[in-house]
Amino acid sequence: MSARRERLLGSGLEIFVPLALLVLWGVLSAGSTTYYFPPLTDIFTAFKDNWLFSRVGSDVVPSLTRMFAGLGIAIVVGVVAGLLLGLSRRARLAADPILEFLRAIPPPALLPFAILVVGVGDGMKIFIIALVCLWPILLNTIDGVTGVDPTLRETTRVYGVPRGDRMWRVMLPAASPQIFAGLRTSLSLALILMVISEMVASTNGIGYFVLQSQRTFAIPEMWSGIFLLGILGYTFNAGLVLIERRVLRWHRGARASALG
Amino acid sequence: MATLARPTRRRPDGARLRLPDWLLPWLSVLGVLVLFDVLPRIGVLPSRHFPPISKTLGTLGDQLTQSSFWDAVGSTLEGWALGLGVAAALAIPLGIVIGSSRLLYRSVRALIEFLRPIPSVALIPLAILIYGSGLKSTVFLAAFASFWQLIVQVLYGVQDVDPVATDTARSFGFSRTQRLLRVTLPSSVPYIATGLRIASAVSLILTVTAELVIGSSGLGKAITEARSGGDVQLMYALIITTGVLGVLLNTIFVQGERRVLHWHPSQRDSRGAAA
Repeated sequence: MSARRERLLGSGLEIFVPLALLVLWGVLSAGSTTYYFPPLTDIFTAFKDNWLFSRVGSDVVPSLTRMFAGLGIAIVVGVVAGLLLGLSRRARLAADPILEFLRAIPPPALLPFAILVVGVGDGMKIFIIALVCLWPILLNTIDGVTGVDPTLRETTRVYGVPRGDRMWRVMLPAASPQIFAGLRTSLSLALILMVISEMVASTNGIGYFVLQSQRTFAIPEMWSGIFLLGILGYTFNAGLVLIERRVLRWHRGARASALG
Repeated sequence: MATLARPTRRRPDGARLRLPDWLLPWLSVLGVLVLFDVLPRIGVLPSRHFPPISKTLGTLGDQLTQSSFWDAVGSTLEGWALGLGVAAALAIPLGIVIGSSRLLYRSVRALIEFLRPIPSVALIPLAILIYGSGLKSTVFLAAFASFWQLIVQVLYGVQDVDPVATDTARSFGFSRTQRLLRVTLPSSVPYIATGLRIASAVSLILTVTAELVIGSSGLGKAITEARSGGDVQLMYALIITTGVLGVLLNTIFVQGERRVLHWHPSQRDSRGAAA
């Protein structure tokens, strides 16, 4: 088989297999009377009724607002604190045991703490999302800054580049591939914490809707919520990959030319 | 280069006035502990929400003597271990089989990329429906979440096998199984080890989540109960316990990786940064 044909067959399979599985699910579940696994068409109907677009304003928008607010705070605090800690080896030594411990706490265990301290409103959800998303960004920023090529560091210092410029124009760009790696972890954590915080204490949001549907035995609605969360997870991930490619284009180019 | 860097560093004799490096981590831990003991006592932090840390640690000490505490720790560890075990039993063989065939890999790649970012917590209601609110639900969620972390690493590992090694083995007449056992498996072990470490953390997170949201017994449930019962010190003591558990499990995996992979280049600089 020629390489070209194999590549064609490969891309064909890549599109065909997931579609085939979806069709298989549709066929197998058609006329299904199993309570937990309603016909796929019922799920699609429920999806259309709920998410296109009657619940977008009441559930999707509040959920996503909280998620991105939390994530935004985590990015700002994490990158700034990471840059500062990355510059001082002694500060890093001092902060290390505390960061390692806080990072090891399973994030949901902090949820009761957030409820206790901040209450059950939007503030609590933003707080917990920000708190949990902070660690991957912070630790990756520190790693990125400490990993900056020493020659680059010394050169900018010797040439008298001011501290602020050194930070924003040298350290930050050099650390950005690492920061993006942390951001990817944080993005999926943000979605998870958004769902959990809404399941535990909320009166709206996608997480609340899914759990409430299960409690009232509205099974197709529950499945439609799960589908929506899956689509959101996939879309955010793909979106971040696109942004990363744009922002780090110089990095990929630089690496390619260094390797070639 | 080194001659440039040296003058900017302080000389060792200047360091006599400074605290030695090994002291810094201890000092900062001590500092945080003192801060969280004093601030609530003098009323800067509301002691209703932040009891002095000495009292919390006292509560933790009491808990260590109680069987209900160890039951909760045991349940959480059980959920963690079963979740990780099921994920490993499925992901490692599947990953090796899929990774060894180019066409098979291409056909499921999109599927994996689509299923992986789905927040596993979205399946909590489904788990409750099918498995009820006990250990089974917890294990299902923990296994589902860790499965994706692990299989992605296994796939990377299998594909990262040096083609020269595979071709050499083939031309020396190694059979398919021999190639798998002697070449593919050993060279993907570092990836599998990293995958297991990540999957272990994810499994613990999902176990605690399930206990918190579904209410199956364990530390997560105990934390919620402590909060709703107004026992703030107990709540903090249990949160600290989950953190200690997380650190311990991570340390075990890092050490294990170092033992098993002592032959691998990634471990030779003894920093433990695997592949």
